[in-house]
Amino acid sequence: MSQAAGQADSVEVRHDLAHVPLVPPSRTSGVLEVFRRRYLLRLMVRREIRARYAGTAFGLAWSYINPFTRFLTFYFVFGLLLGRGSGMQNFAIHLFAGMVLVNYFTESVTAGTRSLLSNRGVIGKMAMPREMFPVASMLVSLWHAIPQLVILVIACVATGWVGDGPLWVPDAVGMAAALLGFALIMVYGTAFGLMFSCVNVIFRDFQRIVQTFINIIPFTVPMMYPYYLIADGERIPLKYHDLYVANPVAEAVMLIQRGFWIPTCDGPCVVDPLTGAELPEFVGDLYSRGLVMLVIGLVLLAVGQFVFSRLEKTVPERL
Amino acid sequence: MTTTATTSIVVDNVSKTFRYQAHPTLKKVLQDKFRGNSTSQTFQALSGVSFEVQQGESIGLMGLNGSGKSTLLKLVSGVMRPDEGEVLTRGRISGLIATGAGFHNELSGRDNIYMNAAMLGMTKDETDAKFDDIAAFADVGRFLDTPVGNYSSGMFARLGFSVAVHVDCDIFIADEVLAVGDRPFKRKCLKRMKEIRESGITMFYVSHSAGSVKRMCDRAIVLEKGHVGFDGDVDEAIKFLHYDGDDDEPDGEESDEDERDDALASDI
Repeated sequence: MSQAAGQADSVEVRHDLAHVPLVPPSRTSGVLEVFRRRYLLRLMVRREIRARYAGTAFGLAWSYINPFTRFLTFYFVFGLLLGRGSGMQNFAIHLFAGMVLVNYFTESVTAGTRSLLSNRGVIGKMAMPREMFPVASMLVSLWHAIPQLVILVIACVATGWVGDGPLWVPDAVGMAAALLGFALIMVYGTAFGLMFSCVNVIFRDFQRIVQTFINIIPFTVPMMYPYYLIADGERIPLKYHDLYVANPVAEAVMLIQRGFWIPTCDGPCVVDPLTGAELPEFVGDLYSRGLVMLVIGLVLLAVGQFVFSRLEKTVPERL
Repeated sequence: MTTTATTSIVVDNVSKTFRYQAHPTLKKVLQDKFRGNSTSQTFQALSGVSFEVQQGESIGLMGLNGSGKSTLLKLVSGVMRPDEGEVLTRGRISGLIATGAGFHNELSGRDNIYMNAAMLGMTKDETDAKFDDIAAFADVGRFLDTPVGNYSSGMFARLGFSVAVHVDCDIFIADEVLAVGDRPFKRKCLKRMKEIRESGITMFYVSHSAGSVKRMCDRAIVLEKGHVGFDGDVDEAIKFLHYDGDDDEPDGEESDEDERDDALASDI
């Protein structure tokens, strides 16, 4: 801009300031503003991703090494040691598919909750839409889900190739279901991230509370155990089953399992280990439930935005 | 200087209150309740501040430490919102509330330039077009591609300043910009800020140095404990603050510094 001084027109004329309105400098239009400033969002997401493995020799490869070893562990422990006799086929894939979304959700919510506090240096100094931070955390977590998804696909293909089951051929309905599962986590993760990030600035114990509950999440979804254990009413009264399947994460996990795990099975995926009778893999109305939950999630997102814009006004002075 | 009729900044009866301790523990809250301690937990950083700035004016904001200068800048830049009253601005704001805010230590100078420019509202094309100017002004040489965590504090400040002054803005805010940096860089900064001023950008400049305010600004606002103590001519503002220096100066360095700034500013 060094040429600016030499220019004949003043800034007022160049920018036609007479037609620019006087507005409060802090005015934003919420989450929509984030998408208006996509370029900044993209840079922020890239910054987080690059900073994560900065200085390491393997770099991005770590994003693949970790989920791969996790899958191998699952395969040996659950597939070979414990899986036998449970009546389930390809239990490791059942587990790993669920894990992709559970990790995505827990990462989004934990990182989202901390996002404002960990960016306090910028927030106190520069004016920008602060919704940017939880949304960026959610997108970084989504980006980290991709390597896990790649490992999952490789595992599915390898199971069909090497194992005695059919070749893994994804079906359109299954892929749509998996996509719906991702959409659910994305919407709920953003909604919770928005709400929690502000609350965490005002009440700093909150991230510890969130962490406590997040640790429970993997056990509240049908991934380490088959769905029928909850649904058959022998261990848990059936009324709690309704509560269980009202959990959007459990729903999303079943949707992604529908997409990846079901096509790996030869015949019924789950049978009663004693009688050999076919058992339900998922809750009955899987798809319609998923769509209803997506709508509820969008409402929750609007509530999250409302809470955020209420609380964020006082955020800079509380950091 | 272009004479203008466009209002650039309106600050209307603005107040801002802070808490002393933002995060009391539950124990502390209960103790206070039982003992009936009801000492005021808040203090007023600004109360009833009002003024208007025309486009192209350059305002020196002065006042002792703790008089509310930084709070006022944060309200004008949009980082904070006033509790009462209204702040309105016209056009894009750039500036330095602290140099290098938002720099990520693990990322290279190059990446940080793009990041910081985007935070200040620049698009990718704009940054691409100005990148060479920014890099040349920051003058960090080969360090441009090393993580900014390895920079010296001077280089860090230069990079931050360089991005801020290259934003095509309408209002420029500068808080203690000359606090870091050596003489050649100070000279460059002052020169650049003079250019900014002459291009018709509204400038909001905070400094304790009477000399540089005198050179840079055509109006001064003095804050006193959150109120506007004086608003008007720069020389009178300096007298109002007793910064004119003929009374007892504790050590010579301050006035020395002032003189050098003065000399610097008149150089350009």
